[in-house]
Amino acid sequence: MNVETMKSYQQQKTHQINNASSAKTKSFFESGQAKNRLARRILLDRVLQKVFFLSTIFALLVLGILLQRIVADSIGWLNIHFLTGRLSINPEKAGIFGAIVGSLWLMSVVIPVTLVLGVSTAIYLEEFAKNQKLKHLINTNISNLAGVPSVIFGLLGLTVFGRLLGLGSSVLAGGLTLSLLGLPIVVVSSQEAIRAVPGFLREASYAMGATKWSTIRRVVVPTALPGILTGAILAVSRTIGETAPLVVLGIPTLILKYPQGIMDDFTTLPIQIYYWTLDTVLTREYANLAAATIVVLMVVLLTLNASAIIIRNKFQRRY
Amino acid sequence: MKRSANVREIIQNKGINRKTQWLEKGMPVFFVVAALISILTTLGIVLTLVVDASKFFAVVPLREIFSTNLAPLRAENPAFGFLPLLTGTLITSLIAMVVAVPVGLTAAIYLSEYASARKKKWLKPIMELLAGVPTIVYGFFAYSFVTPLLMNLIPSLNAKNALSPGIVMGIMIIPMVSSLSEDAMESVPHVMREGSLALGTTRLETTLFVVIPSAISGIVASFILAISRAIGETMIVVIASGSSKNMTFDVTQSMQTMTAYIVEFTSGDAGSGTVGYYSLYAVGLLLFLFTLAMNLFAQHIARKYREEY
Amino acid sequence: MKTNGVITLNQEYKKQHQWKKPIYQVSQLNLWYSDFLALKDLSFDIHEKEVTAIIGPSGCGKSTFIKTLNRMVELIANVKIDGEILYHDKNIFDDAMKVETLRTQVGMVFQKPNPFPKSVFENVVYGPRVHGINDKKKLMEIAEISLTNAALWDEVKDRLHKNAYDLSGGQQQRLCIARSLATEPDVLLMDEPTSALDPIATYKIEELIEQIKKDYTIVIVTHSMQQASRISDKTAFFLMGELIEYDKTEKIFSSPADQRTEDYITGRFG
Repeated sequence: MNVETMKSYQQQKTHQINNASSAKTKSFFESGQAKNRLARRILLDRVLQKVFFLSTIFALLVLGILLQRIVADSIGWLNIHFLTGRLSINPEKAGIFGAIVGSLWLMSVVIPVTLVLGVSTAIYLEEFAKNQKLKHLINTNISNLAGVPSVIFGLLGLTVFGRLLGLGSSVLAGGLTLSLLGLPIVVVSSQEAIRAVPGFLREASYAMGATKWSTIRRVVVPTALPGILTGAILAVSRTIGETAPLVVLGIPTLILKYPQGIMDDFTTLPIQIYYWTLDTVLTREYANLAAATIVVLMVVLLTLNASAIIIRNKFQRRY
Repeated sequence: MKRSANVREIIQNKGINRKTQWLEKGMPVFFVVAALISILTTLGIVLTLVVDASKFFAVVPLREIFSTNLAPLRAENPAFGFLPLLTGTLITSLIAMVVAVPVGLTAAIYLSEYASARKKKWLKPIMELLAGVPTIVYGFFAYSFVTPLLMNLIPSLNAKNALSPGIVMGIMIIPMVSSLSEDAMESVPHVMREGSLALGTTRLETTLFVVIPSAISGIVASFILAISRAIGETMIVVIASGSSKNMTFDVTQSMQTMTAYIVEFTSGDAGSGTVGYYSLYAVGLLLFLFTLAMNLFAQHIARKYREEY
Repeated sequence: MKTNGVITLNQEYKKQHQWKKPIYQVSQLNLWYSDFLALKDLSFDIHEKEVTAIIGPSGCGKSTFIKTLNRMVELIANVKIDGEILYHDKNIFDDAMKVETLRTQVGMVFQKPNPFPKSVFENVVYGPRVHGINDKKKLMEIAEISLTNAALWDEVKDRLHKNAYDLSGGQQQRLCIARSLATEPDVLLMDEPTSALDPIATYKIEELIEQIKKDYTIVIVTHSMQQASRISDKTAFFLMGELIEYDKTEKIFSSPADQRTEDYITGRFG
């Protein structure tokens, strides 16, 4: 077949096809109605894309307004005296040093307890648990604990730590209560981090004659450490802003003596915010104090979250 | 000739260290004990609630809690109808869902189906940040910003009302709905989208007719978890919704939720050992059962969708 | 039955030639993964201060076998082992034999370089540290000797405290060899140590094996027959979990006794 005949053949073919379609009822997809419809469909897609985007931006907007409002309210109140001063009924003189110290003391209990318990639980689940049923039970239990309202943890703390063990409203009682609250976060992130440690690193260690515990201590945990730390920081930032369990525990706000140890009474930044917010009805300026305290709390939280992100990025997996 | 540091001799002479041997046996035991503490925590919660709630139910008949009359601190004849608390909880949570579901779901659609990798890179951390704001801050925001704002629109709005904390709670759980729904949508295999797009459908149609139906159980699970979170939320409602114990459906009025009731009672008004004190454990038990049921339900649904592909 | 034939062959061979003292004596070794019989009735000896190459097509059980020699195979779930492996006349499956002790004396190098995500130095001294050597000066001495023995010292002496993953693939593999040498083992098991490396890196590893073989007993699994013929003293040919032929390398590659060995080394299958 030469080129000429081929061309004519093709033309013929095209002609036939055109005839065929126009001979029957014109194809639906070529009708003006369908074309209009298509234009509409595409338009709808474009419009809704914008709507969906605005929806996502809504979060940014709210965050922006929230921060702007709080910072605006705190201006003029957040100064060095506020950070280092003692609590006072007079808003002009009030400071939050006690609450800062209290929050730090609280974390001095929460951080070691959640880390030790959380990482150990994760190690057990990922490295030792042979009993699949027990493993499943513990895993389900942890994901349920993560969903228990924090106020319920407060009731547990009040009853067991506060009353049964007689710890009252001390740093230890509050710290242990919040540790249980933060535990699921550390367990889940440590589990993920440990699971991500490749098998060949464990193999290399065993082949050197290392025991299981040596392998865990020298290879598994160090390799998983960035992931574990990220989880721990998230747990800290969750618990440091927690209020409800402490209110239930009966943590007071008017503490004039700074806590000296874990058995002392204490107050924290969120508790301070809570009572000042409630008392705005009495004294308008308390709202400014609450806002200034929120700024301090948010700076701490943003620092924590940023450091979690930095750790996550800096120790990217290399193997 | 090979040089040697006599490591072999050193190792052989050291033999098996007693301390190492002890650790080898002891550490696993320690890990099991740690793992069991999480179970102990759950048991502790259940026991705490059940023991003290039973003291409450020993005095107050079960049917009384279904009444609308709640007056726990009345010196004579205190009444423990929990219906006002239940309605308060449900109404604030419903308002939250009305905000969180449409915004959260559409944001998830955007992030999963439309957003470029570059946009996602800065949008997702913002969502995470929103999720990381402590609830006490949202409470302050609701009370000192959203309520006054709403008062301009609805003059009859009470300073403590259900509407404002409901909305703010909704904002609080948007990240939860969006990230969980996004996860569900992203786990829909790409070939399913391609199959639909190849037929000439728009991305919107593919999302609505292919992606969302495939991810529906994950999306529903995210809604249930969000409701559960709203029901258990405390500080926002304590601050902005007040402590009115009247049964009402009017969202401009103050309502007390179950969580707020617990906070009010532990803040000191009721002495230990009174019926009023034990009533908070009864409310706590109800709250615990509600949220537990929802979490289990959500897990069940989510597990089902994971098995589909 | 084939294996029995090999044994007799070996025994006759032993009479004729003076073979070195056996370090491993494998007898009637069977290994199952669940229901799958991966190693069938293996019996043969591995001799001291020699390089023994194990060749055979993929899935013939050569990797499984080498991992049995230091009991690494037991890390896989559902493994069942039957039979005996004597290491220095002691059964390695005996309760009295601690796996940790065995693995300290029998080093292993894997297919893919698998350094720890730690510094070069910490990688090398991992074994000594695990076994309780903590003296900094001693560890430094061990690191230098091991790295020198692994022909890596000159390349890394200035970056001992850099992450091991900064090294090239070939350097990483030599680092893994140095790590194994640091505990001064008797035997070095190498499971296709060059399969992930380029030709130049492969050459360096082979050269290294050449250098250290007078001090160590080396068992090397390889998929490359050229490599086996270049570096080994003895070669064992595995097929479908069975030992088909085991002899001096030049014998295997010049006049194999079994038709299947000949088919394999001439490239007719595998």
